[in-house]
Amino acid sequence: MTARDAGGASTAAVPSDSAGVRAAVAGPVDLDDIQGLLRFGFKHHTEALILLLRVKDAAAARGWLGQLRVTSAVTLDPVPPTALQVALTRAGLAALGVAGDAIGGFSEEFLEGMAGDGNRIRRLGDVGASAPELWNWGRGDREPHVAVLLYAMPGHLADLQQTTELGCAPGFDVIYRLTTTDMGGREPFGFADGLSQPEIDWDRILAAQDSEQLSYRNLSCLGEFVLGYPNEYGLYTPRPLLPTSLDPQQVLPRAEEDTSSADLGRNGSYLVIRQLRQDVRGFWQALNARAGGVDVEREALAAHLVGRTRDGAPIVVDRPPPARGQPMSGAGSDLNAFTFDADPAGHRCPIGAHIRRTNPRTADLPPGGDGLVSRLIRTLGLNSESRARDLVASTRFHRLLRRGREYGTQVTPEQALRLQTPVESGLHFMCLNANIQRQFEFVQSAWIMSTHFNGLHCEGDPLLGNRKPGPGGLRCDYFSMPKADGLTRRLENLPQFVTVAGGAYFFLPGIRALRWLASATPA
Amino acid sequence: MTPQGQFTVVAPIAAGRETELRSLLQTMNSSPGVADPRNALVPFGSFPQIHFARFVILDDPTVGDIEVYGVPRPDLPVYLAFMGDCDGPAADCLADMVGQCEAGLRRIFSHCSDFSSAQDFLAWLRAHDLPIAASYVNWVGRTVRQIKQESALQRILSARLDRTLLESPADAQHRWQEMVDFVRTEVDARRLALTPPEPTPLGWLLAKLFNLLLSLVVALLASPFLLVLAPLLIFQLRRLERSDPEICPRPSSHLLVELQRLEDQDVTNQYTAFGSAKPGAFRRWLITLVLAVIQFTARHIFTRGYLARVQTIHFARWVFIDNKRRVLFTSNYDGGHQAYMDDFINKVAWGLNVAFSSGVGWPQTDFLLARGARRETHFKYFQRRHQLPTQVWYKAYPGLSLVDMERNARIRQGLERHDLSGAQALEWLKLL
Repeated sequence: MTARDAGGASTAAVPSDSAGVRAAVAGPVDLDDIQGLLRFGFKHHTEALILLLRVKDAAAARGWLGQLRVTSAVTLDPVPPTALQVALTRAGLAALGVAGDAIGGFSEEFLEGMAGDGNRIRRLGDVGASAPELWNWGRGDREPHVAVLLYAMPGHLADLQQTTELGCAPGFDVIYRLTTTDMGGREPFGFADGLSQPEIDWDRILAAQDSEQLSYRNLSCLGEFVLGYPNEYGLYTPRPLLPTSLDPQQVLPRAEEDTSSADLGRNGSYLVIRQLRQDVRGFWQALNARAGGVDVEREALAAHLVGRTRDGAPIVVDRPPPARGQPMSGAGSDLNAFTFDADPAGHRCPIGAHIRRTNPRTADLPPGGDGLVSRLIRTLGLNSESRARDLVASTRFHRLLRRGREYGTQVTPEQALRLQTPVESGLHFMCLNANIQRQFEFVQSAWIMSTHFNGLHCEGDPLLGNRKPGPGGLRCDYFSMPKADGLTRRLENLPQFVTVAGGAYFFLPGIRALRWLASATPA
Repeated sequence: MTPQGQFTVVAPIAAGRETELRSLLQTMNSSPGVADPRNALVPFGSFPQIHFARFVILDDPTVGDIEVYGVPRPDLPVYLAFMGDCDGPAADCLADMVGQCEAGLRRIFSHCSDFSSAQDFLAWLRAHDLPIAASYVNWVGRTVRQIKQESALQRILSARLDRTLLESPADAQHRWQEMVDFVRTEVDARRLALTPPEPTPLGWLLAKLFNLLLSLVVALLASPFLLVLAPLLIFQLRRLERSDPEICPRPSSHLLVELQRLEDQDVTNQYTAFGSAKPGAFRRWLITLVLAVIQFTARHIFTRGYLARVQTIHFARWVFIDNKRRVLFTSNYDGGHQAYMDDFINKVAWGLNVAFSSGVGWPQTDFLLARGARRETHFKYFQRRHQLPTQVWYKAYPGLSLVDMERNARIRQGLERHDLSGAQALEWLKLL
């Protein structure tokens, strides 16, 4: 909860009357109504725990939720020692007795749930060892109703957990505890994590309009992550807008674009949680075998799979290697200030590298001149060079605000090489987005799981891919590393390194919306 | 070069027989919506010229939308459409199919109201094959045979390639030459087939040239009139754009689940959309003109792998139904539905607006090009609401995307060269 965490947001959110913001619409952002997770990674709170709850007594559950002290997005000095956030699934809203009319206004993906539909399961790649039937939690009677996210500075978690569990006991059963491990800014494979983050336009300096972006920028419209504000199209993402008769006490904010509606979504977001079990031993041993046991070669292979060195340096950028053991961080740092424009063939950073799939950093048009004619030619697709670079465009509509936390036993790659049996570790992947379909699901299916991403052939994400064969048993367990002056190096027979062990879509309500949900009378 | 043909056989379904027909069509599938290539009714796999085919029941739940214009809800039949994309003339393909599986086809079309078993069946099919208003073929001249042969070639060479480090440019040339020799041996021994393309039919070339000239003449003759009338036409367009109602409610979960059940079983997906054209002479003329322009560009400009910025469509077509009161659009595209729609919005929203904004309920456009499909949610709801479940869908080459086919074609082209420089040989080897 510092300005550093917030990725450059200023402490006071005042609307700017420059940059073409329509002043009539762009009011200030109600930071005290927004859960802190949208603005902060709670990096000082190195201890964290997610309690997954199911309602057993709706009245008691609502009573407890209504009095919770949820940490807001307001910057506090000093940083409080603990923070608590709350999110609910569709099943949770129903179990609390929220009226069907209100629930129906949420997005289709949220209503169906992560494991609710065979097509979604196929698209997200949750098949084989990642199939929902095998999950620890997330479906059937293991589907959570509420996630309570607890964050604490060192030594403060145990108390917070005890208080929370005692408090929720009359209304809820705890069905699962997602514990976390502070791995010092690394994910279990050993790579610096969380470097690529969108910067959010908290000050609303971006105009609420639809205009073509000719270069990639990291600043995202507020509405891409917080419901109730204009998104990158200059439009409001659908969310439950209720007749004011459902909100006689005026608990809820009014919709910005329609003041006659109570906005249940405003200042909220969708939270995606997926428990990703990482086979650290399998990962390093597989790479070691392909590197012939040579340390430097193994590190180089790993960096190509990820697109960054373990310390986080993007391999697409030519630079002296940073000092070892110095994970660098910060959304605004140069570790996040690059594109792949100068490396269209993937000679430096393979096309299929993890960070190139998850954030291709493309603009709305492929690179080219600013002239009108050049733009027209590219718009009509008439230039073959531009077309070759146009398979993946408009990254700005597919950004994720990531808030994951590691869990399990941390081992170094060197230790992993010597392990006889696997250790349990992984990532509780968490991301926030205003449109699950266009953001999380798009990235997961069209970019990460797609075996034909950006012109590739039969290879999924090198880290997250499920290696599921294509039609007719076509093998899809490759990873290609093109070279400028030599043959494409191809890794074959890549095992599956990551399996999904649980997951759900949650609504992370605004704080007033949470109060409204907790006070709603059963339908 | 063998040009591609498309057929669109559309016939009204007899009253009370739709349910029965649906169950019958279901028997052709091996997984939801995906045809078994060897199904008992129409074994698509035995027709080497068919790229894609589908059976779809054209039951338009949005047909009442037109009432917003004060037009009474029309009483239009529910149709069965049988569509295919094939190498060579569509009429020949239909004849072939009747030759090989007349019984199966008859069984299907016997559910149609104007079907009579006594009639010459092929003549009946041809009589019901509707003209196509606009059709797009990703790569004119690329045949199923070529796609399959080149895919087999790619797999063999890719597995065979010596992937050890290259020592010199001459080494690259050497490895290329080794592949050339290998392929020649395999072809001679008939273990590998690389059939040369057929000569381009002269009639087709002439028709294309004639069409080009005629189109230019017509455009030239019409342009002074259009220019003079432009202010009036633009005024009228703006008037309609401001008053035409949008009909973009959120589609039901039930519909979405039904559509999604059929999707993402291959790298390619099918899309069928159906809707009514806006009433009035202006819109009728506009949509006719627009589809004629699309047809022109697809025939003369976009014939080599792309439709403007979109490079993921295999085949697409627009067909007028019920005397231009309704339009049917179908396509076969690579990737998932979400990616297809996001690609559309982000790359060619202007094109969508031109092509579809004369449909009842389309999100509001400005000057035919702007907004419309850029209104993300309105557009996404609109297109899903107008989408029909495709009961039976066939693709001749599962697992292959357009990028794959393009790369495989380049692999073959590289083999047919007489000489490659070291750098060229390296580029070729990288394709494997």
